[in-house]
Amino acid sequence: MNKLPMTEDDLQAWVDGALPAVRRGEVEEYLATHPEEAERVRAYRAQKQVLKAMFQPVLDEPLPERLQALATPPVAVDPEKRPFFTRWSLQRIAAGLLVAIVSGAAGWLGHAQYQAADSRQAQRVPLPRQAAVAHVVFSPDVRRPVEVGAAQEDQLVAWLSKRLGTTVRPPKLGALGYELIGGRLLPGNSGPVAQFMYHDASGQRLTLYVTTENASNRDTGFRFAKEGPVNVFYWIDGQFGYALSAGIDKAELARVATAVYDQLERK
Amino acid sequence: MDNAALLVEIPRLRRYARALLGNRAAADDLVQDTLERAWARCALWRAGSDLRAWLFSIMHNLRIDQLRRPNLPSHSIDEDDFEVPTRATQSDRLEVRDLESALRQLPDEQREVLLLVALEDLSYAEVAGMLGIPVGTVMSRLARGRERLRRLMEERPPGVNLRVVR
Repeated sequence: MNKLPMTEDDLQAWVDGALPAVRRGEVEEYLATHPEEAERVRAYRAQKQVLKAMFQPVLDEPLPERLQALATPPVAVDPEKRPFFTRWSLQRIAAGLLVAIVSGAAGWLGHAQYQAADSRQAQRVPLPRQAAVAHVVFSPDVRRPVEVGAAQEDQLVAWLSKRLGTTVRPPKLGALGYELIGGRLLPGNSGPVAQFMYHDASGQRLTLYVTTENASNRDTGFRFAKEGPVNVFYWIDGQFGYALSAGIDKAELARVATAVYDQLERK
Repeated sequence: MDNAALLVEIPRLRRYARALLGNRAAADDLVQDTLERAWARCALWRAGSDLRAWLFSIMHNLRIDQLRRPNLPSHSIDEDDFEVPTRATQSDRLEVRDLESALRQLPDEQREVLLLVALEDLSYAEVAGMLGIPVGTVMSRLARGRERLRRLMEERPPGVNLRVVR
């Protein structure tokens, strides 16, 4: 009778009860004549049992509300109605191309204005830089990217509106594939500013920075700024300054910026 | 994805994350990120396939992303961190604590395999599928992790190791 040589894999599989009966018998014969090995694999078995016993109670802990809530789809994600590939429709691509052309021009035209704005606000941190820094600081945060999540959007709107002294509402970008994660309050040049964060299905994050500190500034069209790896589209509309930041390419960002602009105009 | 089926998996994800990270808040954050990503990608889930395996793979990939990402360090500060330290008094409690701290000393990749096998009773092939590595690699990580854990436990002089318990 020829037996296969005993391997470490056999011993591990014995620990996990993963061997067929015949092989298990052979391993047990081997262990009977190799006490040190027997002691070792029994220690592994004990380890496994203690680990199981140790973490078993977690299964019976009541679920925190935030996890319980995620047993149902988060707001605005409807799996039935939004199959993955429809987001990449022809219409979308066409819109992207159009915006890319427009934004290329806008970015070029905006460049000079950006420099002028820079000198006018020598003492102040320019809007795109503020926004880019806020983006870089908060968007990589996996655990606490926002202060108030999208699940409490009403509270978020009420709170930020109260603090900024005017109604601020996150635009809906679901149609572009970006879902609201939530928002937070930040210090601006002279008072509170708001940041809304979005992400797409791949986890790519995008932030919209909203200030109300621009009473003295004239309205502007789209301007584009690049702050390190972050691309920023920004514009000023009355007292409001908006800056959209993300580590995505300019054309894609322009597409989103256009949608944001349109929604804010319509309100 | 079926909500009820998902609800059943959440405690298991929490248990594994807790064992993997050793910290309740961080573990629940990882579970939350996993569920969010699962919903964001639910169109990619094939109905009828193994939901648990899919969720565990998402969690694994998130963890890899987090470990690789050279981002600004950010820490969540939780109530746990401010609890008054007390000493464990019961010896059985102590043993559990020792094993837990030994577990922390394993390399991530070994701890991951060891916990998937120990807590989830998964086959080696299932673990390999979840982690996207060959079965042979699962086996070697498992063997090394178990041996390392055993040695760590043996090195501890009994009774001397009064660890401060949160």
